[in-house]
Amino acid sequence: MRKTAAVISLGIIIAILIATALLIHPFGHPPSQMDDYIIENTQSETGANNAVTSVVFDYRGFDTLGEATILFTAVTGVVMLFRRKKEKTPGYDV
Amino acid sequence: MMSKIVRTISNLLTPLILIFGLYVIMHGHLTPGGGFQGGAVFASGIALLIVAFGSYNIQKKLKEHHFSILESSGAMIFIGLAFGGIATVFFYNFLVGSPLFGHIPPPGSNPGDIWTAGIIPLMNIAVGLKVIAGLSVIVLVMALASSKIEIEE
Amino acid sequence: MTGTIFNIPFLAVAALVGIALYIIISQRNLIKLVMGIVILESGVNLFLITLGYREAGIAPIYTNAPEGVMVLPIPQALTLTSIVIGVATTALMLSMIMLIYRHSGDIDSEKSRKMKG
Repeated sequence: MRKTAAVISLGIIIAILIATALLIHPFGHPPSQMDDYIIENTQSETGANNAVTSVVFDYRGFDTLGEATILFTAVTGVVMLFRRKKEKTPGYDV
Repeated sequence: MMSKIVRTISNLLTPLILIFGLYVIMHGHLTPGGGFQGGAVFASGIALLIVAFGSYNIQKKLKEHHFSILESSGAMIFIGLAFGGIATVFFYNFLVGSPLFGHIPPPGSNPGDIWTAGIIPLMNIAVGLKVIAGLSVIVLVMALASSKIEIEE
Repeated sequence: MTGTIFNIPFLAVAALVGIALYIIISQRNLIKLVMGIVILESGVNLFLITLGYREAGIAPIYTNAPEGVMVLPIPQALTLTSIVIGVATTALMLSMIMLIYRHSGDIDSEKSRKMKG
């Protein structure tokens, strides 16, 4: 019962994905207006030659702040999971 | 700890990998790269050291609280630079036009000048320190934990 | 503005996401489950990058740039964030699998299910 429900819903999801892949815009001609503004005005407003870096750190710097927070939280979680209460004697290496 | 050939070659290769990582971080506003990419290259150099010499020998020199200081200072520099231009908006590029990192490149294709792009090189350094410390601590802690599993059984 | 049958990168994304969802549903070994999640994240990153390709385009960098139109820079910035989030998620999942193995001695998701101790 659960197996057939899982397989049927997987089939529906794959059909929706293939229909999206066939009905989306032709590959190579994206409809874009904001990116034309960024490519024109990167060198005069930010002074960087690299448009991707100016998007990551200047036009959308708030997303980079959130991503730095995610990296900090993941490192805190990993170090916290491997804490020991007392020091054990070390032995062989990796 | 691996054999003598592996240790000698990793002694020769590790400074080149670390310097290439710092180059990718510093030239983030001229060529493809930046803070995240250069930090990943640097952390893979540290991972080569851990594999070649054993995690217990590396843990004697590089302790966890050294990396904790690096990561916290990277985050503080990032937030301090973001609050620097608070007179206009949050994350305002207040160094474009000033003598420090303030040149404006000629429009179109040009050979790059490193003293351009405002606060972007400083933010690249801050994020690079954060990623270096974060990824190195993850690799070191998992290598130490899996070596102690072999001892208990 | 409909597409054609030649949207091969988007069909590749559909295949990757479909294979990843089948792996997540049907596998019992925990390490293979994590591999399915990583394939799903790779499919999503590929979709983000191929949304912004312009025909015969060059990289959006002005240093010694050749002639031509530039590809869109915004999807590349979003993919950068997505890759870092994928690394953080994978590190946490693998650490939890190591703790499950240390606690119950087995990484089969049916056998290490009951909580004890």
